[in-house]
Amino acid sequence: MAMLRNKVRGFAAPRSAVLAGLVALAACLGYGQAVNSCVDCHSTMPDPLGVSSDKFSQDIHAQKGLTCTSCHGGDASSYDPTVAMGSKAGFKGKIDRKKIPDLCGSCHSNPNLMRQYDPSLRTDQLAEYHTSVHGKRLVTGDTKVAVCIDCHSVHDIRPPSDPRSTVNPVNVATTCSRCHADASYMKQYGIPTDQFAKYNTSVHHDALAVRGDLSAPTCTTCHGNHGAVPPGVDKVQNVCANCHVFQAQMYAKSTHSKVFQDKGLPGCVVCHTNHGIHMPSDAMLSTGPSGVCMRCHAPGDHCDRARASILANLTQLDGTIRQADDALRVAESSGMEVSEARLSQDQARDALTKARVTIHSFQAGLVDQDIQVGMKIAAANLKAGKDAMIERNHRRIGLGLCLVAVAFMLVGLWLYIRKLEKHSGA
Amino acid sequence: MFAALYRWLDDRLHLDGLIEPFRHKTVPTHRLSYWYFFGGITLFLFMVQVFTGILLLLYYRPSANEAFESVQYIMTRVQFGWLIRSIHSWSANLMIFTAFVHMFSVLFLKAYRKPREMTWVSGMLLLFLVMGFGFSGYLLPWNKLAFFATTVGTQMAGQVPIIGQPLMVFLRGGPQVTGATLTRFYGFHVAVLPMLVTVLIAIHLFLVQRQGMSVPPKVEAAWTKNPSLRREMKFFPNFLLRELMAWYVAIATLGALAALFPWNLGVKAEPFASAPAGIKPEWYFLFMYQTLKLIPSKVWIVDGEVLGILGCSLAGLFWVLLPFFESDKPARTRTWITGLGIFALAFMIVMSVYGYVAQ
Repeated sequence: MAMLRNKVRGFAAPRSAVLAGLVALAACLGYGQAVNSCVDCHSTMPDPLGVSSDKFSQDIHAQKGLTCTSCHGGDASSYDPTVAMGSKAGFKGKIDRKKIPDLCGSCHSNPNLMRQYDPSLRTDQLAEYHTSVHGKRLVTGDTKVAVCIDCHSVHDIRPPSDPRSTVNPVNVATTCSRCHADASYMKQYGIPTDQFAKYNTSVHHDALAVRGDLSAPTCTTCHGNHGAVPPGVDKVQNVCANCHVFQAQMYAKSTHSKVFQDKGLPGCVVCHTNHGIHMPSDAMLSTGPSGVCMRCHAPGDHCDRARASILANLTQLDGTIRQADDALRVAESSGMEVSEARLSQDQARDALTKARVTIHSFQAGLVDQDIQVGMKIAAANLKAGKDAMIERNHRRIGLGLCLVAVAFMLVGLWLYIRKLEKHSGA
Repeated sequence: MFAALYRWLDDRLHLDGLIEPFRHKTVPTHRLSYWYFFGGITLFLFMVQVFTGILLLLYYRPSANEAFESVQYIMTRVQFGWLIRSIHSWSANLMIFTAFVHMFSVLFLKAYRKPREMTWVSGMLLLFLVMGFGFSGYLLPWNKLAFFATTVGTQMAGQVPIIGQPLMVFLRGGPQVTGATLTRFYGFHVAVLPMLVTVLIAIHLFLVQRQGMSVPPKVEAAWTKNPSLRREMKFFPNFLLRELMAWYVAIATLGALAALFPWNLGVKAEPFASAPAGIKPEWYFLFMYQTLKLIPSKVWIVDGEVLGILGCSLAGLFWVLLPFFESDKPARTRTWITGLGIFALAFMIVMSVYGYVAQ
């Protein structure tokens, strides 16, 4: 605090008269507005002490009526630095990083206080923070770990629903990456720093950032936010199950669940990886470079045969759906009415999706049941497309015959008219 | 056998007396007389519409929940339902086209002039009714395009000064296009319009039969100067057989269009869905639609759309009353009426093409 005061004094000394004049003028021009000497002075200062009124006005706390003194103490009504930042006014100065969670928690952990601003806002952030890796390390004196302001920013804290907020779902990964992707900063912790790069290639990032699906997972969805910890190896499936419910139910009953648990393997991550999860494809069941089964299973064993069977069935259904799509598209472009079949193609696709979900049971029989449902529909639609083309050809043949008949009629009529007029002329 | 039947009927109804005038009726023959066929072709297409429309009525259900599905059923399940529905749709468009061709041929051949003013007026009213058939029938399959085209079309009707809003609510059966609009349009399409058209066709044909075919002024002048040039053919059977040939060509064209380009059903209408981009009315309303689009939103203190609708209505009224603008110096009047006709035709073609290619 003393250092801060010295800094302000050092900055203000040569120009204090001019500054005081400007501040007084500003105060006069702002007649009728609440006096905030903190912003009036700090808005003229360079970083890190500078806080413009524009910046602070964006802060949710400012919008709710809180001022600088709510966190920093002091007397904002005085333009005398010794009074405004005096100990009598309870001035705290720059908040020590170690004390930041408790300072924020002094309000945010108080349900009675928070209720008057937003009754739906949680008040367990501080308690959760103390269970997090960040919170635990902070207690041990590691001030490099994230505290509230590192994620939420400071002096321009926006609600998470604001797209400009650093903790808006779209921005969370970037916020975490500021530390976690910095190899030199993270060096002492001995954890990888490629999570962000991997995440940016993942299907989840694609859903969230490209397709704008705010329900798609980002870092905090799996790791938690205030209580951020890496999910335990045996708990990974519980994290994924939050969204992938059916896959998790199938997996929980499968033989793999127990085997993975016994061997200490991290469930879903074994096949799908974690941060860089790509769009799953049937090729994951293949023996090629994308295949995952043969990393553990031996060629020709019972499981390999089941894998081959599932893959063959999935490929067959996928192929039939594509064939039906093509046939129906050609029929439709020929003007044939096949909208019913095109609509029921969605059912075939649903069956294929369901079969792909059922793979997580690792039972070829169960997968085959879904495949057969889809095959029946897709085959019927393929037939509908082919029938439509046969019908189109029949129509064209019928048209040709009718045109020939009409041509005969026209020629006959013309000859009859000529004959008639020849006779009447004669 | 037919001769015996005819005699039996003639004994009781004196059919010979009815047919006799047709036996003596003649049609002038000149280098432009093939334009006479378009009236007959339009009549034939109307008969096709009545016939195919009645067949469609057997399966069509006029409610928002069932209309689309019933047309889909006709197209996919009913034997030759696709053919009947496609012919009905193509025939509707061809009928409007031939009606326009007939109207312009009458205009350019000066067939509207005295004493045929009433024939022209009845023909113009028929043209408007035929377009009404197109507008009301377009909504009946209850597909997405038709739904929004009807929304836009009825909205335009709502811009008519004073009576616009009540007219729009009357057409829609409420403030919005809903199932009530479909039921209402169905009523117009299968009952009100056919009744009016039948009466007007009867009047139109009676006038044509009563006054005979008009001869273009230049041909008439040449014939008056040199009576030996006058050529005529018997209406029955010579002209009628030729007309029959034209009808055969029309039915072959319809069959070919229906078989090669079956009328698309589209996607079922969803009233709460957003309107598809670039929605446009049917081709025969496109020139009006594009004209209205080009008028600025405000012209001086008048709303542009109101001005456009008012302008189109007045132009339509003027067109109906065109024969009455003939002055005492017919040759001079005919020149500007022909000029106006050429301008109107060019305007309609240019605006339709512009409307078609414009985004």
